[in-house]
Amino acid sequence: MNDMRTMDNTVLNETKITARDVNVHYGTTHAIKGVDVDIADRTVTAFIGPSGCGKSTFLRCLNRMNDTIPGAVVTGEIKIDEADIYDSRVDPVQLRAKVGMVFQKPNPFPKSIYDNVAYGPKIHGLAKNKTELDEIVEKALRRGAIWDEVKDRLHAPGTGLSGGQQQRLCIARAVATEPEILLMDEPCSALDPIATAQVEELIDELRQNFSVVIVTHSMQQAARVSQRTAFFHLGNLVEYGETGKIFTNPEDSRTESYISGRIG
Amino acid sequence: MTDIPQSGATPVEPPAPKGDSLLVTDARTKRRNRAERRFKAYGIAALGVGMAFLVALLWAILSNGLTAFTQSYVQLDVPLLEEKLDKDGDRDPAKIAKVSTFGYAPLIEAGLVDLVEKTGVETELEPKALTKILSSSAAAQLRDRVLANPELIGQTVSVELLASSRVDGYLKGRVSRASLARDKNLDAEHLDLIDAWRDAGLVEKRFNWDFITGADASDSRPEQAGIGVAMLGSLFMMLVVLILSLPIGVAASIYLEEFAPQNRLTDIIEVNISNLAAVPSIVFGILGLAVFIQFMHLPQSAPLVGGLVLTLMTLPTIIISTRASLKSVPPSIRNAALGVGASKMQAVTHHVLPLAMPGILTGTILGLAQALGETAPLLLIGMVGYIATNYPDGVAEGFLAPNSAMPAQIYEWAKRADPAFYERAWGGIIVLLVFLLAMNLIAVLLRRRFERRW
Repeated sequence: MNDMRTMDNTVLNETKITARDVNVHYGTTHAIKGVDVDIADRTVTAFIGPSGCGKSTFLRCLNRMNDTIPGAVVTGEIKIDEADIYDSRVDPVQLRAKVGMVFQKPNPFPKSIYDNVAYGPKIHGLAKNKTELDEIVEKALRRGAIWDEVKDRLHAPGTGLSGGQQQRLCIARAVATEPEILLMDEPCSALDPIATAQVEELIDELRQNFSVVIVTHSMQQAARVSQRTAFFHLGNLVEYGETGKIFTNPEDSRTESYISGRIG
Repeated sequence: MTDIPQSGATPVEPPAPKGDSLLVTDARTKRRNRAERRFKAYGIAALGVGMAFLVALLWAILSNGLTAFTQSYVQLDVPLLEEKLDKDGDRDPAKIAKVSTFGYAPLIEAGLVDLVEKTGVETELEPKALTKILSSSAAAQLRDRVLANPELIGQTVSVELLASSRVDGYLKGRVSRASLARDKNLDAEHLDLIDAWRDAGLVEKRFNWDFITGADASDSRPEQAGIGVAMLGSLFMMLVVLILSLPIGVAASIYLEEFAPQNRLTDIIEVNISNLAAVPSIVFGILGLAVFIQFMHLPQSAPLVGGLVLTLMTLPTIIISTRASLKSVPPSIRNAALGVGASKMQAVTHHVLPLAMPGILTGTILGLAQALGETAPLLLIGMVGYIATNYPDGVAEGFLAPNSAMPAQIYEWAKRADPAFYERAWGGIIVLLVFLLAMNLIAVLLRRRFERRW
């Protein structure tokens, strides 16, 4: 897999997200300190770092989920395809249709599997009729690599699935609205190793169509699934580069300490 | 055999136990166990006292109130003489209606005298005194029956008439021969007659539907009083409370919980809502008197005003329980909805509200149950003390015409002098409790039915 990744990286994809001097304050806490980063399209980018380093906070800036937290103030510039997402003309609801999100804990709606996936397309008016909606749901569940397991029980409750299945259902739900970017906030931290392997495999497939940004606690996971890695520490983006380089030959001493297990 | 190595034979000393054996409970553990047993005993004792109070309460209510659900009737043959009721003999309803209850009283008297003769009881009572056996409403009952069916005139009909409250009390054991000595209404001779008639099956107790469906009656006719009209008053009040407090309460809670910014103003509102829930209900009563009656000139004693006052009282309860059930919906559900691009309102209406619904409905029903049993605010807007003798003519009348409510009616009966009303007050409490139990049962069932896990 390492060889493949090196090959991929030789073809550098164009930049999807550009962040410049992003600062986030929660009340008096300065959570993100002047982060600059360029995230490439059709690439898996991993954010790693010790707990509380701001990697999840930065991830939530990318689809403005921080807006829902009272007291959170985001400054700086984040552009997706050259459009500033913090521009006053941008409606966060429209943005979130374009930037899907998968959360740490699987959180399917307490509804049927079908309704879970169909909800996004329904509210965005992506389907004209039932047949189209059925197609969208099937496509999303196939992309979520869960179609074969649930095709016979689409109307069973989504909460009745196993943890790993639930998380893949949530990924299917996120891709159903045809986003361009998929944000994943520690998507495997609540899963067992087998389910984790399945989700990681899925993330690798999603790279064909989406720009995937994944926050992870596990450095092995970052090394396995990502092409580029960003290391956050105490709100700073310490180092950002190709995954292979970060893990084998980091430039910053803090990165090296974290990777070798001396901090974090 | 002799060369058994001595060293192997020496038994190995078991390691000396550190401290005491596990098989012996030490003093400290014993003390802790005793404390635990004592604590359990306190709990059981407290539970026992509570249960005893509950049993005593139920016993008091049932033993005092169940008798209100039966009523004594006297069976007698009344000659409906044509010359008294319809002199012209043309059965003109207008003319028959002109005969008042005074025209019927002598007929009933004759019927009673006839009954005394037929049963062969010796009595020195005057015919006039005999009528004390029957309710003073007996003539009116007979008249209603004749007006409904004029064909009966000229025949001798067998009718069941309400016995007076003293006779009813005697049959239920409330009035004794000893207590009659102090009573001007009934003599021992009346009771001899009742005994004879009861043995002949002419006086009997039956289930009293009129108590549940009927109207209140004046002080002299406790045997006729029912809680039906007050029940209707309560129903109209509850409709007003439900229609106003559910939408207002739920909308306010959703705004406060999901949309309102966290600032000083919302903090103040929040604290005040909690305080309002603890405000004595009579305060809402006087507020209702000042605002709805004196300022807005809404009719006094009207269920509409009662409902408005009870809405004020129920709103904080509904807001608090709704906010609690909105809070209990995990934030991950909101995140999930926002994450796929739902607007905040869509997240609330599509996901949070349906999940919170059982809690909201439970809170609403419990709030309604509380309002149903509330008496103090009704005192101030004139719903206590109003004699609910007439059914409202329609829905509009139901809201606007003066009426009473169940707890107000119970209070009204409890303060009247005649012990027959006291029995009805207890009976009214049984009816009220049946309603409250039914509402709580619905709340429990809703919670069970819609409880979901995530």
